[in-house]
Amino acid sequence: MSESNTYLPRDWGIQPPYLYEGYASTVVRSPRKPLVPLPQTLSELTGPVYGHDAVRDIDADLTRNGAVNGQPLGQRIKVTGRVTDENGRPVPNTLIEVWQANAAGRYVHKVDGHDAPLDPNFFGAGRFLTGPDGRFTFRSIRPGEYPWANHHKAFRPAHIHFSLFGPSFVTRLVTQMYFPGDPLLPLDPIFLSIPDVNARNRLISRYSVEATEADFALGYEFDIVLRGSRATPMEG
Amino acid sequence: MDSRKTPQSPGQTIGPYFAYCLTPDAHYGRKGIAGNVLASPATKGEHIRVTGRLIAGDGSPLDDALVEVWQANAAGRYAHPADKRADVALDPAFNGFGRCQTDKEGRFTFDTVKPGRVPGQGNRLQAPHISIIIQSRGMLSHACSRIYFSDEAKANEEDPVLASVEAARRPTIIARREDTPGGAVYHLDIHMQGEKETVFFDA
Repeated sequence: MSESNTYLPRDWGIQPPYLYEGYASTVVRSPRKPLVPLPQTLSELTGPVYGHDAVRDIDADLTRNGAVNGQPLGQRIKVTGRVTDENGRPVPNTLIEVWQANAAGRYVHKVDGHDAPLDPNFFGAGRFLTGPDGRFTFRSIRPGEYPWANHHKAFRPAHIHFSLFGPSFVTRLVTQMYFPGDPLLPLDPIFLSIPDVNARNRLISRYSVEATEADFALGYEFDIVLRGSRATPMEG
Repeated sequence: MDSRKTPQSPGQTIGPYFAYCLTPDAHYGRKGIAGNVLASPATKGEHIRVTGRLIAGDGSPLDDALVEVWQANAAGRYAHPADKRADVALDPAFNGFGRCQTDKEGRFTFDTVKPGRVPGQGNRLQAPHISIIIQSRGMLSHACSRIYFSDEAKANEEDPVLASVEAARRPTIIARREDTPGGAVYHLDIHMQGEKETVFFDA
């Protein structure tokens, strides 16, 4: 068998470590022994495939997909971007799932005990596929900042969670998109856990006039880079 | 050869509040892309349950984690275009991906079929296994591991990945088979830290 298409490794100069003491709950949840290298076999080079039957158009519009009797409160936003790999190639037809707090900083999740109002017209989750050029677009509401128990007066910067599969199980990525100019970013241990400052800053979306929808929504651009194929095929 | 032109995006924790998006079926009245039942009555192969607990270094359960599994069908074929082996049949009633949010005790459960053997390095057959990804609040990057099966002693002995793990740690990724009136149940607890720390792979 030729394993003709293996993937570049996780870059631990970019990926956050399991143990980061500023983020208190990593202390008991982080693996401590060295990771065991795993050759990329068919088990790693394959992964779940989801297509158009897994998404409906409304799943990409969080301003409408939770509406019950009106529109959600808050600033409407349009987020658009491209998913590429480390070789600069677009990643087409890959599933993206997003979730976030509402404008008041409250999640629909049943264990979110933050005393901020739920919005009856906002659910806060969506999913969509990238196009043939790796592009995606969704609409939402700008999420609010919210307090968490990590340290005194801790508030998370505004963020949207992103979950992507890419072409195989090893290209899986779950990350967060932040907003430009957020004063909480330099105080946030989750953001600061990314060892490389440039990599960190690439999780901050850019305000975009082009993506802005006139009289409707502010536009933000956010690009994501998944692990790429090796240029030279690796034989096992 | 390293062909990188643009650096990979960093991951960030999945946080505690993913369920209404990623595993919404039970509590949020919406349908997720996948749940913890991978096999339907039409799925070929031995129907099994795989279950265990996720346990933190202080003994507390990871009660808000996401466990994702990916596996071949009973014949040993992955439902993915990179698995081009036309001589091994796909099963239209099995796609091989599942998701489970852990419960208050940190428990995950998957109802699936036992995967067949798939080729590994050098075209040597691997022992039957399930690939897993674990994510939770308190985990900044996801953790990758595998689940092997205790009743596959001979195949496990030949498995090149298991062989790359020091012998004393191999039991941390081999699920123990229990035959029950309802069918085979495999048990495997996942320890994030400590003496029994599960083998996690740099996949």
